[in-house]
Amino acid sequence: MSVRQSLLAILDQGACYGYQVRAEFDHRIGSTWPVNVGQIYSTLDRLVRDGLVDRDESGDDGQTYFEITAAGRTEVAGWLSSPVVRSTSTRDELTIKLALAVTLPGVDIAQVIQVQRAATFRTLQELTRTKNATENPESAEELAWLLVVDSLIFQAEAEVNWLDHSEARLLRASVKPFPLSTEPVRKGRPARSEK
Amino acid sequence: MTAPLLRLDGVSMQYGSGETSVTALSGIDLTVERGELVAIMGASGSGKSTLLTIAGGLTVPTSGEVVIDGHWVSQLSVRQLAALRRKTLGFVFQDFNLIPALTAIENVSLPLELDGWKVKRARRAAKDALSVVDLSDRETHYPSDLSGGQQQRVAIARAVVGGRSLILADEPTGALDSTTGELVLRMLRSRVDAGAGGILVTHDARHAAWADRIVFVRDGRIIDDAAASRIENVLV
Repeated sequence: MSVRQSLLAILDQGACYGYQVRAEFDHRIGSTWPVNVGQIYSTLDRLVRDGLVDRDESGDDGQTYFEITAAGRTEVAGWLSSPVVRSTSTRDELTIKLALAVTLPGVDIAQVIQVQRAATFRTLQELTRTKNATENPESAEELAWLLVVDSLIFQAEAEVNWLDHSEARLLRASVKPFPLSTEPVRKGRPARSEK
Repeated sequence: MTAPLLRLDGVSMQYGSGETSVTALSGIDLTVERGELVAIMGASGSGKSTLLTIAGGLTVPTSGEVVIDGHWVSQLSVRQLAALRRKTLGFVFQDFNLIPALTAIENVSLPLELDGWKVKRARRAAKDALSVVDLSDRETHYPSDLSGGQQQRVAIARAVVGGRSLILADEPTGALDSTTGELVLRMLRSRVDAGAGGILVTHDARHAAWADRIVFVRDGRIIDDAAASRIENVLV
């Protein structure tokens, strides 16, 4: 997720000094994504380094202001108008856990799924309660918060659906898990095959 | 401690007999308290809708007992059971089941009028019920003039009118879009929070999450109840 683009989008609304940038960030989305002030300043430094923001210390109030450059505006516009590319990595802990468990003899995979589903349902219920407490958002901040809660709800629902699907798939499948291999394993890299 | 609003003890349901018999439900134990919404989840054919019709006294189980608001259903005459259903139970179905020739307020007041209420009193109660589901401005509209979400809200008003305390909802959001479905669930939730009890049959995890407790049914049996947990704390 990009603190960088978010800060840039805030600065696109007008020049701000460091703490002001942090306050704006907190005010808008900080409740769902807490970022410490050190991270804000280091990100601003990188934006200056990359020519997306200018540092201005000429103000009468002694503050250092950060002002977006033309290149910065182009980057914000590009960010807002282009899709977020999702990672297709399979390194999600739950995915790996189920994938590994299905190969291990003696593991009750149905129980693994059941325990996870119960936990995910608890999360889903908690999120739904949270949403129910804010029926009609009265500010853009509340609306932003609800969008985030909705997103978490849909993610939890997707996880439950995937667990249900996996359970059904396991019931249908007739494959067995396998024990540790008794074949000796050579050290080092696999030998290059002869052509 | 007060008795639960609904109790199912060892309820089983079998269709047919001999080799061709089909077991729809087997040994179901379930309670619903006042102020509690219980979601029943399961795949198609798992028995969840049969469970709902038994809970509502519409179907007589092959064995086991159903106790609604302290009344043992098996000991009631047909007339007594019908009266209990009218006074205590409200059904909400996926396809709304409103009477097309009646306006919203007439649909809601009809069960009370059938129960012997004076028309004026029944209409007053129906008016209040429609106001609770934010449909005061649609009282005189016919179902065909209402959106799906509005029709389902009329059905919820009909389910709770006159102090009915047990709402049995079978896929109430099945025919609605996501946002409208959420509005209907919010209404259902608020009626339960106001003291009713409810069962929500659904195959949708996101909808089941509106419940206090989620019960999973597979092949006619409850396979997991408390595991999905009851949430004790009201979150902010």
